[in-house]
Parts: sequence; structure tokens; C-alpha cells
Amino acid sequence: MAQYAVLIFSPAPADPMDLTPDYLALLERYPAQVTELGGRIVTGFALQPSTTATAVRGDLVTDGPFIEAKEVVAGFFVLEAPDLDTAVRIAKLNPATIHGGVEVRPLFTPPVE
Amino acid sequence: MSGGERSTVPATTAEVERAVAEAHRHEWALVLAATARVAGDFDLAEESVQEAYLAALGAWARDGVPDRPGAWLTATARRKALDVLRRRQVLRAKLPLLLEPDATEPDVPDEIAVPDDRPRLVFTCCHPALAREAQVALTLRLVCGVSTGDIAHVFLVSEPTMAARITRAKKKITAARIPYRIPEAAELPERLDSALAVVHLLYTTGHTAPAGGDLVHADLVDRALHLARMLASLMPDEPEVRGLLALLLLTDARRATRTDTDGRLVRLEDQDRSRWDRDAIAEGRRLVLGAFRTGRPGRYALQAAIASLHALAPRYEATDWPQIVRLYDALLDRWPSPVVALNRTVAVSMVDGPTVALAEVDALAQDPRLAGYHYLPAIRADLLHRLGRDTEAAQAYRTAIDLVDNDAERDFLATRLGELTR
Repeated sequence: MAQYAVLIFSPAPADPMDLTPDYLALLERYPAQVTELGGRIVTGFALQPSTTATAVRGDLVTDGPFIEAKEVVAGFFVLEAPDLDTAVRIAKLNPATIHGGVEVRPLFTPPVE
Repeated sequence: MSGGERSTVPATTAEVERAVAEAHRHEWALVLAATARVAGDFDLAEESVQEAYLAALGAWARDGVPDRPGAWLTATARRKALDVLRRRQVLRAKLPLLLEPDATEPDVPDEIAVPDDRPRLVFTCCHPALAREAQVALTLRLVCGVSTGDIAHVFLVSEPTMAARITRAKKKITAARIPYRIPEAAELPERLDSALAVVHLLYTTGHTAPAGGDLVHADLVDRALHLARMLASLMPDEPEVRGLLALLLLTDARRATRTDTDGRLVRLEDQDRSRWDRDAIAEGRRLVLGAFRTGRPGRYALQAAIASLHALAPRYEATDWPQIVRLYDALLDRWPSPVVALNRTVAVSMVDGPTVALAEVDALAQDPRLAGYHYLPAIRADLLHRLGRDTEAAQAYRTAIDLVDNDAERDFLATRLGELTR
């Protein structure tokens, strides 16, 4: 099994309190779908809206997310899956993909040799 | 070492070199695909396969060329890969990277039992998680065995740049665990599309080199045809695979007449149709008919059908233009691309006249996706000329010349412009 970070991107400011009942209903069903497709959610978090973010670049401290964009990181979870095809199949079912999207990125493990 | 029946007569150096070169050309994909299953990563697979080809030079000179060189090379490369894995003592840690459980058997069975892993190799190289340029580079390197230097040359980048691109792609396959397998039925259409797009891109890159002097990069065209044939033999029931092979054959049947002896471009209407490759046309035609018989034809089958109507016409004027317009309509329905819509206007001009076609071209000129596409002003120029509006035609040719990269095409447009302003 490999581990992937699934980064969830939603239209700014991605306030979890603004999620629609439809979205929440889809989210409710998600863990069962993940299991059915052969994956496992190791851990996951939703974030406060991007208006609460603070960016630090060198000495410069600014208000807002690190990269200004239409979509911002709304949360992430760590997914265990046998391969990328499975991970992508699982990612496709995430409700975030309807109005935003997700990034599937393998976790780094130091090489054995 | 096993390698099938072997001829007992030792071969001459020249014979051996020829046999190894031949095997490189025709067996590389088979050997690499089977070795990757054991090696667990493409770097080790490639290294082992290269060593096997080197070993063949000596062994075949000593023992004769085996009856089945591919089987000999596969067995040798797989043994070399396994030796390395044993030496690394990380057999168990490495194998899961690419392999499915059924393939972790460390004993190398005799070559007779080796399954054809080429589809796995192609689908992995053309995986949608890789950028198209990486898919193309990996396919040439791993499926066709083309050297990194030659790939760099074709795509007009430096060798270190291309080497870095290939390394990045291989690293992604390992790190993200892109599986070495044939996609499931539900995913197959999308995945097949991606593989066919890579082969088609190789062909068009070879057919009209994007920049530089030669119009046709013959070797790349041959590689693309070889790949299309391979896919058609591996997946004979997929109509779009047949459609793509047909399209390439029918287009390539005109290769000898597309340029004159000085390398200048010759228009379809001026080409010597007696010199078209009749065998390729007949084969392409058979494939098109087969693809159409399976039901709703896809984009490659439709493009091939258009190409076959051109190939079968005794003269340009005698082409079945109304049928070509209908095929373009069906193609636009399957694949709504502005480039297809633009090509359709040429057929429209032969059915409804240049005035109707020009109105359609001018409407398409508003599409930002066609901005900078030199064929648009070139087609416009030709239509304007046919309408006797030569001043505007000359202006359109100048616009096209400013946009074109290929020297042969630029010369062609400049000649046309010269004829107008003479």
C-alpha cells in the first residue's frame, strides 16, 4: 500500500460552515465509498476559511493564503491505496471535485538504500 | 542458458550484428515489457535489456543466432535484472513498486511461458497522470527503444533536457505508484485514447516536422506506424485502434508524392496519384470498413474514412466531396475541434463554392484557439484567390508565412504568393 496526501481545493474562502446540505450528504457517504474502492483514510482535516490564513515569506508576514488564487486549500486527508489508479478513482468521488478539485500527491518516504 | 532451439552454425560478425539490430527494432518492446515485470522499475529494466543486447553480440557469434531472438533476449534480460535484485538484497522491498501479486514469483519461467506485457508497457508510458510530452518521450524510449539523444533531436531540445524529462517521468511512475497493468474495462476507453493520441502525435510530428528543414522525419513516421500495427495486433477488437492504423496507412501512402525532388511541398491536387502506395491504401481501406462495421465510428476511423476517399479518387476534382463533408460533420460531432471545422471548409468549398467556404473560415477566425494557426490564413488565401480577390489573398499568404515554422511549408506559401504578385 502507498500513502497519498489528497489536498482539497475549493472556491475561496472555502468556509466549512458554508457547505451546502447536499455537499454534506455526499461527504457523509464518502468514507464507505473509499473502503469499497480498496482505500483507507488514515487521517484527515478540514481547515478554517482562507481569510484566517497568514503567509510568511522570508521576513515578510502577510494576510491571506500563500498563493492568491480562485481556489484555496480547504482541507486534506492521508489516503492509503494500492496504487495511483485506485487513489485517483477514490479522489474522483470526493465532492470537492464538483466545484473545485483535488490534488493527489504521494507522501515521501526516505529511500531504503 | 535457455533460448529456444539454436542453429548450430556459428554466425559471422556481420550476420550477428544484423540479427541484433533487427531484434532491437522488432523485439525491444517485448523484451523490455517482460523485463519490467521482474525488475520492478524501468531503470533497472532498461539497463538489463541493454546488457542483454550487448551479451547477444558475443553469444550469438559463438553459438549461432537463436531461432527466437526475442525469447533469448527476454530470458537473458530477466536473469540480469534478477541478479541485480538479489545483489541488492532488497528483492521484497523493490518488487511491490510495479508488480501485482501474481507476478512476484522470482523464478524466471522459460521464455515459452512469458506473457506479452507490451500492453502494460504502453498503458504505463501513456498514463494520463503523465504530461503528454513525457508520455511521448517515454513511449519512444521504453516502447520503441529510441536513444535519448535521438528523441531530443526530434523534439528540438537538448539531450540533457530530454534525459531530465524522461527521468522525471520515471520517478513519478515509481513515487506515485502508477501501476504496471492493463486498465480495467471502465477505464479502457479513456486510457486507450491517451495511448492512441501519443502514437498519432508521433506520426504527425514525423509527417510534418514542427520546425526545420525536412518535411517528413521518416524514421519517426515508421516508428508510429510500427506502434499502431503493434497496438492493432494486441487489441484487434478495438475499432479506434484499427481506425488509427488505417489513418496512418492512408496518409502515409501519399508520402512519396508530398514533396518534389527539391523537397518542395506538392498540393494534394497536384500530386502524382499513380505513385501512391496502392497496397497501403488497400490495407487502410479494409481497416476503415472493419472499424465502421462495428457500429458508431470514432474520430480516427472517421478521419481514416476521409483519407480513404481522397486516396481512392482518380483525380482531385473527382473526389466524393459531398461524402467528405458528411464525414466531417460526423467527425465534428464526435470531436468538436476548430481544426476539424477548418479542414471541413476545404471540402465545403468544393461542394458549395468558395464564397460559402470563405464565410465559414472568417467565422472560425474569431475562435481564439485558431489564432496563430497558419493553415487558417493559408486556406483563406486560396479561397480568396479562387474568388479573384488576389490583393486580399496576397495579404493572407503573408500572414500565413509569418506564422509557419516548417521550411518546406514556408517555401510553398512563398511560391503561391509569388504566383499571385507576378
